[in-house]
Amino acid sequence: MLVTHSRTGRPDVSASAATARAGRKTPGRVTALLFASLVAALVSGCGDQAWNNPHPSSESGQNIIYSAFSERPKHLDPARSYSSDEARFIDNIYEPPLEYHYLKRPYELVPSTLTQMPVIEYSNREGQPVAEDSPDVAYSTYHFELRPGIRYQPHPAFAKDADGQFIYRFNSADDAAAYTRFSDFTASGSRELTAADYVYQVKRLADPALLSPVRGLLSQYIDGMAEFSEAVTAARETLEPGEWLDLRPMDFRGLTVTDEHHFSIRLKGKYPQFKYWLAYHFFAPMPWEADQFYHQPGLAERNIVLDWYPVGTGPFMMTRNNPNEVIILERNPNYHPDFYPSEGDAGDKEAGLLADAGKPLPLLDKAVYRLEKEAIPLWTKFLQGYYDRSGISGDSFDQAVKISGDGIHLTDEMAEKGIRLEKAVVLGTYYFGVNMLDPVIGNTGTAEERAKKRKLRQALAIAYDAQENISIFYNGRGEVAMGPIPPGIFGYQSGKEGMNPYVFNWVDGEPQRKPIEEAKRLLAEAGYPQGRDAETGEPLVLNLDTTGGGSSAALNWMIKQFKKLNIQLNVRGTDYNRFKEKMGTGNAQLFQWGWLADYPDAENFMFLLYGPNGQVASGGSGVNSTNYNNAEYNRLFEKMQLMEDSPERMAIIRQMLAIVQRDTPWISAWHPLSYVLNNHWVRNTKPHGISKAVLKYIAVDPEDRQQAQHNWNQPVLWPLILVAVIILLLSVPGVRAYRQRQQRRIHTMTKAQE
Amino acid sequence: MLAYIIRRLIYAIPILIGVNLLTFALFFMVNTPDQMARVQLGDKHVSQEAIDEWKDQRGYNKPLFINTRDNSEGLLTDTIFFDKSLRLFVFEFGKSDEGRMIGSDISERMWPSLALALPTFIIGITVNIVFALFIVMFRASVFDTAAMVFCVALMSVSGVFYIFFGQYFFAKLWHLVPISGYLSGADAIRFLILPVIIGVISGIGGGTRLYRTLFLEEASKDYVRTARAKGVSESAVLFRHILPNGMIPILTSVVVVIPSLFMGSLLMESFFGIPGLGSYTLNAIQAQDFAIVRSMVFLGSVLYIIGLILTDISYTLVDPRVRLS
Repeated sequence: MLVTHSRTGRPDVSASAATARAGRKTPGRVTALLFASLVAALVSGCGDQAWNNPHPSSESGQNIIYSAFSERPKHLDPARSYSSDEARFIDNIYEPPLEYHYLKRPYELVPSTLTQMPVIEYSNREGQPVAEDSPDVAYSTYHFELRPGIRYQPHPAFAKDADGQFIYRFNSADDAAAYTRFSDFTASGSRELTAADYVYQVKRLADPALLSPVRGLLSQYIDGMAEFSEAVTAARETLEPGEWLDLRPMDFRGLTVTDEHHFSIRLKGKYPQFKYWLAYHFFAPMPWEADQFYHQPGLAERNIVLDWYPVGTGPFMMTRNNPNEVIILERNPNYHPDFYPSEGDAGDKEAGLLADAGKPLPLLDKAVYRLEKEAIPLWTKFLQGYYDRSGISGDSFDQAVKISGDGIHLTDEMAEKGIRLEKAVVLGTYYFGVNMLDPVIGNTGTAEERAKKRKLRQALAIAYDAQENISIFYNGRGEVAMGPIPPGIFGYQSGKEGMNPYVFNWVDGEPQRKPIEEAKRLLAEAGYPQGRDAETGEPLVLNLDTTGGGSSAALNWMIKQFKKLNIQLNVRGTDYNRFKEKMGTGNAQLFQWGWLADYPDAENFMFLLYGPNGQVASGGSGVNSTNYNNAEYNRLFEKMQLMEDSPERMAIIRQMLAIVQRDTPWISAWHPLSYVLNNHWVRNTKPHGISKAVLKYIAVDPEDRQQAQHNWNQPVLWPLILVAVIILLLSVPGVRAYRQRQQRRIHTMTKAQE
Repeated sequence: MLAYIIRRLIYAIPILIGVNLLTFALFFMVNTPDQMARVQLGDKHVSQEAIDEWKDQRGYNKPLFINTRDNSEGLLTDTIFFDKSLRLFVFEFGKSDEGRMIGSDISERMWPSLALALPTFIIGITVNIVFALFIVMFRASVFDTAAMVFCVALMSVSGVFYIFFGQYFFAKLWHLVPISGYLSGADAIRFLILPVIIGVISGIGGGTRLYRTLFLEEASKDYVRTARAKGVSESAVLFRHILPNGMIPILTSVVVVIPSLFMGSLLMESFFGIPGLGSYTLNAIQAQDFAIVRSMVFLGSVLYIIGLILTDISYTLVDPRVRLS
């Protein structure tokens, strides 16, 4: 047997050796390097914390709450933001004059930065004081008194040098070129909150360029707001795009600053719901310095804008805003004295919600919100202890909750981990609505035709089993609605008195849906016996306009509900824009919609059916998506909206509900329930249906959390070892086969030569 | 070569204008500015006045192509097409529909994309080539057949399955890596290990099969036979002869994607919560932010053209027979 031969007949040692090295060691080296880097990265990156910990090791053991957000906030400017996803950040940074009591129910407003609740003064057209219930009330003036000593968070907009001059003021974009990120502004300052800051913010709300979603609504009430908007528009025409417009010297008729701590807002007529807006971030103070700072040349191009970097007086301040990754709120070192409430609702003490009574707020040092687009990683991290609180998605519902005869409870797995379940009714209503302008099913035609169409809607309301829908598609997380007002708001009526008598019968102490025969009878009276037109014999076809496709289980379920009456439901799927267009022009027929409360007042739900708010009547901007327009209902609404909660108001609301139940502009409606899970180291969590400014009350036990994370996340190493062993075992026959291959080739060649 | 590159760059201009016109027409046919405004402004209390103001702020109230109100220099420049599309040629991406500067976002988000795409790309190519060479070494053997079956099996599995599988076992069950997320700096490694491994493994099937075919084609050529006839060992034949020559067609498929690495991976970034340009594009599509989508489509076109030019140049570097003229 010969060894390798070169052309000259000598062994080709160098070539074979080199290639053998390459062949034998290169893949092995790559594997080894990969494995080594994997282990090194895992070990070095984690220190003594768990390998799968998604948080930096530097945060270990700190007084931080970890949460997630799925959609990056669009606006953090309190004049523009109108979404609960954004409110959860800025409501903990900005302080409007009023806030909601954290524990008390029904919801109660309390002063936030004020010494007392605003004093309301009523006057006639001549400005003379009149009584609250006088028919001559032309204006309501709200007088505010600020608590002295409240200061803004540290912010570069206030930073001044030794001469008292602002440090960060630039004449051109070139001057600001060195500041590419917000963190490049290293100096900061602060100043006391003044009454002028609140007034400045109301002026901002009136600025059309800011696109505040409440400008139109508030212009109807705040005296002089519409005129101020026009003046601002005119003033802007003289400015360069993006240039700062100083609103301070501009006159606004309905606003008055008396001194540093006193101001007033004058409303046209009476608007009792205005007090709730005063607890909204729209009315949070804005220092002119911040507005000026963010309008400097060159900053907007780097996304350094007020809409992205808030400045407030609240318990927290935003120290990092990377909406692609993380948003961090930290304790505001300048936060004014504020204490955990010492009284609450019945049962709060037993639930441990008063254990921190009297403690200075906030109880947390930091809140970290990480971007989580997918439900599974979010849920997994919660179970691993890396998020402190979590909602329950449909996918994980069965893993989290079990439904038994005695109610809804946590599963054993959750209970073992010490997780707590919180249930609360969301202040909102989802409904299956009818376009009342539709010629087939709406409130159109002669009186006789309208009566028939009403019976058709009533028949559908009986056939459509909302409870079944909630059970199947929402895991039972909802309550069938008898009217627009959800539980927890004045005007909601439970029991027999609140029941919709056109859809339910009261049987054995609870509402029971009327039998389908009743619906069939109504359908026949409506002119569609057996679901067919009595005159033409054509089957009745109704159209559901939706933004989804037409094949989902939920839509199939709906089709079955209509099938009960032999009515064909045709699903017209379209994209969101076309859907909105159809709604705005009154071309939809049946649709699904929802409303979440702005404030806890019946007016905020009853206005969903107020005629002038109709989508078509208002050119697509109204909240009355059904275009329902009943003169009596409208009259009662106009009366009710000006009243404070009282038995008289309740009587009017009941009349309105009776009208709506009879006319059935909504075939079905339900109020959602919210389920939140808390890990056992989180305390003081009480669901609040309205306010998002609740972060300051929540507390965690970092040591408890760290211990749990350690116990729940021990790395399982055997798979790694197994992989290494498999690679090793495979490499042995691999190397042998490789050598044999080399030799076989040589052998073959040698034989051929022979 | 310089003349060739310049010529190719000039050729690229009409292509980009075509892409630009197509995307512009597509987006404005799908959605009117009024509809874009409604999406951005939300559902509550949105008045026509607010919609008009929104359009005005973003320049959507201008004519599409020709501004007849302006007879001088603004005739063509004071239009939506000029503002929203032609400015892209000088990489002025402008503002997203929600008001953020797109250029700033892109420069921020391309780094996480690169951090994920670059190691996946390099390790993936290396593993695929090495694996393909081994298969070629044992061609027409049981190992070859088994490896091909394995590759086909890998190709047959959906990419999402690899992600779920990896997240379930490595992150959820065995607690070896975070299930998703991202931290900047060195901390990023912990979050990138799993997506990189999944990216590499999910690409092995297709990549190895392609490279094996290319190498086998080379292995049947005369110069390889000559080398063997000279008594060169099989490994030397593979690594010194077949590999360098097989690299020429590989370059076609490899170099062209290098610039596109900046664009990120839609799937990986979304599932692993990596804040790169892939998830940026996906989010923009979901939010109907057409300003971002237009910018990303344009950027993708530019990078693809650059990739093609780089491929041509790389040919001249690895194959002396190729000359650009």
